[in-house]
Amino acid sequence: MTPVPLISLEVFYILIGAVFAAMSARILATKSHARRLGSALFWALLAVIYLFGKVLPPAAVGYLVLGMVALAATRQVQRTTEAGPERATRVASAERLQNRLLWPALIVPVFAVAGTLLLGRIQAGGFSLIEPKQAPLIALGCGALLALAVAIRTTGAKIHTPLEEGGRLLQAIGWALILPQMLAALGGLFARAGVGAVVADLVARTLPTGIPLVAVVAYCLGMALFTMCLGNAFAAFPVITLGIGLPFIVQLHHGNPAIMAGIGMLSGYCGTLLTPMAANFNLVPAMLLELPDKNAVIKAQVPIAVVVLAANMLIMYFCVYRF
Amino acid sequence: MIKLIGIVVVALGFALRFNTLLVVMAAGIATGLVAGMSLNEIMGLFGKYFVENRYMTLPVVLMVPLIGLLERYGLQERAEVLIKRARSATAGRVILLYTAVRQISVALGINVGASGGAHASFVRPLVAPMAEGAARAQHGGLPEKTVQAIRAQAAAAENTGNFFGEDVFIAVGAILLMKGFFDTLGLAVSVWGMALWGLPTALVAFAVMVWRTRVLDRRIAREVAEAAGRRREEEK
Repeated sequence: MTPVPLISLEVFYILIGAVFAAMSARILATKSHARRLGSALFWALLAVIYLFGKVLPPAAVGYLVLGMVALAATRQVQRTTEAGPERATRVASAERLQNRLLWPALIVPVFAVAGTLLLGRIQAGGFSLIEPKQAPLIALGCGALLALAVAIRTTGAKIHTPLEEGGRLLQAIGWALILPQMLAALGGLFARAGVGAVVADLVARTLPTGIPLVAVVAYCLGMALFTMCLGNAFAAFPVITLGIGLPFIVQLHHGNPAIMAGIGMLSGYCGTLLTPMAANFNLVPAMLLELPDKNAVIKAQVPIAVVVLAANMLIMYFCVYRF
Repeated sequence: MIKLIGIVVVALGFALRFNTLLVVMAAGIATGLVAGMSLNEIMGLFGKYFVENRYMTLPVVLMVPLIGLLERYGLQERAEVLIKRARSATAGRVILLYTAVRQISVALGINVGASGGAHASFVRPLVAPMAEGAARAQHGGLPEKTVQAIRAQAAAAENTGNFFGEDVFIAVGAILLMKGFFDTLGLAVSVWGMALWGLPTALVAFAVMVWRTRVLDRRIAREVAEAAGRRREEEK
């Protein structure tokens, strides 16, 4: 019997929902906000989805999301004009606090590593502390909260300061914050509608896969392109391997399936580097790093992905038919 | 073929610079409709996937209060002071070192950054400020676009190290997924075979990062010099 987890991610979703609700209330109270009502409504809707997402019917959530999209598309969601502190203030504070400022920043990765390795193993009498699969995220969440408590203590900041600063950064991210979830939903819809089979079929029919090199190129390229469409190499793997890899590389040209699959998956990852559909790897970091260009990370990854993909094709071509 | 309409909508919508959320929602609705779903069903699927993927915003929302607070009190300024002591540090070298650490630890099976979580736990609070700090220590003030280039490269290093270190370890999801796939087809494929054939690509990926981080260091030097040139022009 699988043990019953005591803490799930739902706890964090409720916490996050509360953060959104507080943001919404704060925007409503800021009379100088350029789009006070629209912005407050956007974050309030998001708060509802995080707080009650588990119990609301999916279609209701869908329509709430539609409302948020409408607000964003009509430019009703905007950031606050409040500014952060001056550089001089920050330099003075950095001199006063010295390395004590770094400890909270170090707590997060240390706790994330230790928590990932340990939290999933804690169990007793039919209960486990957490669901093992959720260990990385729960560890990160606990680490962030612990670090926040330490940071408030060392800086002597007021308890609402992190909420204000965090809210300011989240408003700067704005509606883009829900883009990863929207793209995940789109990927899911693509999979439901059977977009994958159509792409595989198209590649197999238009390329002369009878030539060994072409089969390799078609498979690697297929993995990369299809991953770009779905945002997930794992979803691309079965479709492209069944559609191109197995019939042409393995059955027609007697290639080694282990080499094909291993390098094929890595070709899919090249696609992951190139697509906004892999939002948690490419768009979320751009938000976290406060980059105004949402695609800045993808642009930095283009040369990497292109070179590694080309290398994958060469490695596969020279090895898959030989070993 | 008609099922690809969603991809067409995304491509057109991005090209015409419509609001991204609107484009994504429109692509989903179009794909659902041509697949024979009703609007209510499509909204239901959007709602279901949206709720299931709430975890994606978790690292961002939980990290920003901490980051905002620490930065208000001078985290980045402190990171600069520290990195100045390591004289040979450059932004590119800091990022390359992180790539190596990430690739090796992932290859040994220590993966803390599943689903991109390491961007929140490592890159944002530590790697990016250290890399920026190294560049400031070397060159003084940095133009805004240079800061953005350093940050983007730090995020790229995280993804590259993660993706191309991962498959060298046999217990990761990807290898197990492939094994399961072949098992259901009745093909005997060894997990070690798949994992070891990930090594050449892992080495290529690292070599590419050596090249990219050098390009980054040269770019920083060039952009700083250009900015200094412009300032002198204005003073004249």
